[in-house]
Amino acid sequence: MKPARFDYVAAASAEEALEALAQEGGNARILAGGQSLLPMLNMRLARPTVLIDIMGVDEWRAVDRDGDVLRIGAAVRQVALEQDPDLARFQPLLAAALPWVGHPQTRSRGTVCGSIAHADPSAELPLVLVALGGTVHLRSRRRKRVLSAQNFFTGMMSTAREDDELIEAIALPKARTRTGYAFREVARRHGDFAIVACAAVVNGVRAQLAVGGVADRPALCELPAPGAAGLDEALDDFAWSLEARDDLHATARYRRELVRRLGRTTLEEAVRCRA
Amino acid sequence: MPRLSADCRHMVSFTLNGAPVSGEAEPRMLLSDFLRYVVGATGTHVGCEHGLCGACTVEIDGQPGRACLTLAVQVRGAQIRTVEGLAPAPDRLSVLQECFREHHGLQCGFCTPGILVTLDALLRDNPAASEPEIREALAGHLCRCTGYVSIMRAALAAQQRLGKKTDA
Repeated sequence: MKPARFDYVAAASAEEALEALAQEGGNARILAGGQSLLPMLNMRLARPTVLIDIMGVDEWRAVDRDGDVLRIGAAVRQVALEQDPDLARFQPLLAAALPWVGHPQTRSRGTVCGSIAHADPSAELPLVLVALGGTVHLRSRRRKRVLSAQNFFTGMMSTAREDDELIEAIALPKARTRTGYAFREVARRHGDFAIVACAAVVNGVRAQLAVGGVADRPALCELPAPGAAGLDEALDDFAWSLEARDDLHATARYRRELVRRLGRTTLEEAVRCRA
Repeated sequence: MPRLSADCRHMVSFTLNGAPVSGEAEPRMLLSDFLRYVVGATGTHVGCEHGLCGACTVEIDGQPGRACLTLAVQVRGAQIRTVEGLAPAPDRLSVLQECFREHHGLQCGFCTPGILVTLDALLRDNPAASEPEIREALAGHLCRCTGYVSIMRAALAAQQRLGKKTDA
């Protein structure tokens, strides 16, 4: 339970980090808060030869709230957003989901972008990104590119990020008028990974539900709004489409049932919260 | 840009419980191991080593964090506080520690250092923390002996006693 050997580079600027990443490519891992990476290193599920620490890069420490998106830099810790009293106004779904991410003792160090990069299928922040239709801002020495959340996550803990790229920031649309947001999760204990997590965005007759913990990545579905005909059937189709599997934590059948019930409850809550 | 080689040990210095400490560490050395084996501060315990159990929780720059999910080289220059820093004097327990003793908040004591660090920070930063807030903070810790009832009792007693102290 100790990491294998690696070199450690503390980047002082974005250019330094990208230069090191360009040289090392797939042998390198980006170290931000370390709350997803260190367990992987300790269990030797990851054996990079070099870690590039980006927490000293000033330009990635910013949360930019200008315009109609919330842009969260690579070095922004989860606790910084959690303690922001305005967050619920800017993006209520993120504010609702953050307390479910790990524990206070991991949110104090873990970053938002780090959780996105890790791409655990039952993690809350990737789910929020997908539910809101956010974007991932990738950067390498060669280029910058922006991917939609749906195009970024490609499978179980795998993403479209290339070896010489890092997530410089993510952007989430700010709360829109007449739109309701809600987040719900079922786990054995608070702070455990979700058995099923649901994030709902409801605007008028348009209802969207994102589900984590079932498929190999967060899944998004457009559904009839609560009160409209056909919601139960659509939820049932969605639940089956996720190809749930049995594992130590829950059966596939239980997961499908949670998608149906928790999905409905989350959508109904979003309707009630509509501003 | 400075690159610390995997094959060498590197000087790591930070402030531990108010006093400067330094020692040598390979880049891969965890803060928990640095504290225990290099500094010799064995109050911080090591349980699961992947962030679940909470036994290794220490305060890093004012916030509780997992020492097993932090590299020693990451905390160069940081302020670290461990369970050894809680008691006001070698022969006196802190109010929180005293309450743990009175209310049987520990049996084997393995998880206790981490729990004390978390609760100490919580009661300092949020003296009026509600019972659910205390539970939420404790959710980041596993205790396999007492169950959590007596731990909660100790935490609430400490909160009350600390509250009276500041009123006076």
